[in-house]
Amino acid sequence: MSDTLLLKKSILSKRKRTNNFALTLCMIAMAIGMFFLLWILSILFIKGFSSVNLAMFTANTPAAGTPGGGLQNAIIGSLLMVGSCTLISTPIGVLAGIYLSEYGDKSRIAPITRFVTDIMLSAPSIVIGLFVYALVVAQSQHFSGWAGSMALTLIAIPVVVRTTENMLRLVPGSLREAGYALGAPKWKVSLMIVLRAAKSGVMTGVLLALARVSGETAPLLFTALNNQFYSMNMNAPIANLPVVIFQFAMSPYDNWVGLAWGGALLITLGVLSLNILARVFFRDKNRG
Amino acid sequence: MNAISSSQKSSIRNDKTSKIQRIQDGAFLIVSQFSALVVLIVLLGIIISLFINALPALKEFGLGFFFSADWNINKQKFGGLISIYGTLVSSFIALIIATPLSFGIALFLTEICPLRLRRPLGIAVELLAAVPSIIYGMFGLFIFAPVFADHIEPALASSFGKLPYVGILFSGAPNGIGMLCAGLILALMILPFISAVMRDVFEIVPPVLKESAYGLGCTTWEVARHIILPYTKAGVVGGVMLGLGRALGETMAVTFVIGNAQRILPSLFAPGSSIASTLANQFGEAEPGLHFSSLFALGLALFVITVTILSLAKLMLLQMEKKQGSKS
Repeated sequence: MSDTLLLKKSILSKRKRTNNFALTLCMIAMAIGMFFLLWILSILFIKGFSSVNLAMFTANTPAAGTPGGGLQNAIIGSLLMVGSCTLISTPIGVLAGIYLSEYGDKSRIAPITRFVTDIMLSAPSIVIGLFVYALVVAQSQHFSGWAGSMALTLIAIPVVVRTTENMLRLVPGSLREAGYALGAPKWKVSLMIVLRAAKSGVMTGVLLALARVSGETAPLLFTALNNQFYSMNMNAPIANLPVVIFQFAMSPYDNWVGLAWGGALLITLGVLSLNILARVFFRDKNRG
Repeated sequence: MNAISSSQKSSIRNDKTSKIQRIQDGAFLIVSQFSALVVLIVLLGIIISLFINALPALKEFGLGFFFSADWNINKQKFGGLISIYGTLVSSFIALIIATPLSFGIALFLTEICPLRLRRPLGIAVELLAAVPSIIYGMFGLFIFAPVFADHIEPALASSFGKLPYVGILFSGAPNGIGMLCAGLILALMILPFISAVMRDVFEIVPPVLKESAYGLGCTTWEVARHIILPYTKAGVVGGVMLGLGRALGETMAVTFVIGNAQRILPSLFAPGSSIASTLANQFGEAEPGLHFSSLFALGLALFVITVTILSLAKLMLLQMEKKQGSKS
């Protein structure tokens, strides 16, 4: 009698031990993730802040081995490319999202598009760079800001499409029916009722795409290339933050490496705040 | 008389507006349909353009291109094996490390974590995914690799280096940068993607199932092991494969830390190359001709491998979604 009780107790304590062991491992996993996030961010701040100054925003990238200089041309170039990418990818992505959510149930190409969009979300961005190189740079015989912007657009579109579709699907059907009951045609219902109701959700998608695209380096290596000088000509090679960071970080010059850390801090702050902003947008919508 | 004519007029006007509306509706459908087709066109365009540009190299070297470890720019001899090997090995290391960690994080966030901390910690993990890959690269090269070379690699060498068979993997000079370091950085990068998927699928396990197991006296771990995991198997595998797809194509971080040597060495401490890092390093300076075309062939191989893996991942996750649909 007491033997079985003892056995039961030992089994229970063994199960409890296994449980505690496994849960501790889970907590350690979480701690490892947080440790690396904090490590990366703190290193960025420590290394980056020492090179952030006014000159970073007002001076152009310095020549190899010369002191001083900044990242002005790279910042301008990045803003131009990311800005034009947003202007092109948003309407295409939103319209595609509308198609998937409003017409998608009856269409045969919608499931395929949805599937391919999900794959393109994770497709290697360097291959997109190769594609744009073959399509634009090789044909026009020169690198250009537009080619870079196009590569970024191709990366941004799937992000916008997926979030737009998901957000539009959250809009209740009764809202659409109310629109139709008033005699509104489908395009008016889609654009002026459904899209407007999901506005903040769609904004989230655009911001997330913006965040994704601003840190992209690989597709710009063989499309926009780089430019040592200040240029706003999108038809020519143009300086941009990610490629400048890559080039400077890999160089043996201390000044360049310092600027690379400053640029890295700038990009990370930009990307992380866009991400947080996107979350704030979506949260407000959920509350309202 | 007057009444009739006015109603006729308004019906004519109605016809007109409805005609205009029909045209507008049709135009809107066409425009939005075309936008949706853009993604499909891009996918096909990528495959076609990579194939066309890769054709000269594939003609010259045949299928042997993918099995030859000869990459010599001066002799114009090219084979993709070194890069393919580096891509597969670094991604495999990443997967071995990231899978259990992601599982732990997902389980922590769905079952263990106090409710109040769930949202902030979840966001923190997602921020890990938002950090651009070039930042991971700089962190890996300047900060992590020296620590890795001074402390972790010697420890690995002294504990595993003497073992038969396995020992060779942990031999050689501890340089910091190399295959193992690339794998570790990749693991860190795909961790948030895998754990996000796992978290999503863990949350669709019907609470009734978990509660009945708890009611029978199961511990949290037993619920996770015997209820959650079997129920979400397809989703978990799908998440891991999604992470694999990400790791295979990752460029900048790997380029910084893999060492960029065109060699295959048995030791994991040794430098190597991945497809993406070879492209990033050599494409800009490649002369039109065989070198150029061989790089396109590598890109094609990378794209086909990742798209296949991502498709499989997606199919598994779709299976999971159906399960969720049938429950609700």
